[in-house]
Amino acid sequence: CSRLLCSAEGQKSLEEMVKKDKVVVFMKGTPAQPMCGFSNAVVQILRMHGVDNYAAYNVLDDQDLRQGVKTFSNWPTIPQVFFNGEFVGGCDILLQMHQSGDLVEELEKLGIRS
Amino acid sequence: MAVTADLIREKLISELAAVHVEVEDTSPNRCAASFKVLIVSPQFEGKPLLQRHRLVNTCLANELKEIHAFEQKTLTPEQWEKQKQQ
Repeated sequence: CSRLLCSAEGQKSLEEMVKKDKVVVFMKGTPAQPMCGFSNAVVQILRMHGVDNYAAYNVLDDQDLRQGVKTFSNWPTIPQVFFNGEFVGGCDILLQMHQSGDLVEELEKLGIRS
Repeated sequence: MAVTADLIREKLISELAAVHVEVEDTSPNRCAASFKVLIVSPQFEGKPLLQRHRLVNTCLANELKEIHAFEQKTLTPEQWEKQKQQ
């Protein structure tokens, strides 16, 4: 893979992107206008927990980003959620964490009250 | 080769020793090949959710390249028994 974000340099910039904000989401569309049901589900779950300030990157705007983040996290699908620079999972995992109550705990570790 | 529900089921049974697999082809609801799967395997025991999903992603790595949307639920046999009783 020779595209920009798959290069060593690109992967380094992705590392900076996920560490820059406590909560980072790579999604299709934007929080105001999600372009896919799974991305929308992540936005809604975060909203339910009062997480308003998070970094959202639209992979539909940037094919290099779309491929680069998959390589970076070794995860084949979008959306992807990161807490404190660490990969949490996709929509299924976030939903199950929401249902089990684990999400409240993880957000508390970040200093976010649900 | 087109990805089918049967192919997904067979791979999960042979590679993850799944004891129970439910594959729902959700393609008609979307624009391309989409699947929703429930996988029950003793290999999930003691593994956090992320690791379980990674196991499944690795098992279906080739198929996922052609799949548009993929939903998964991963349970241990014990969790599956509990869920059935509810």
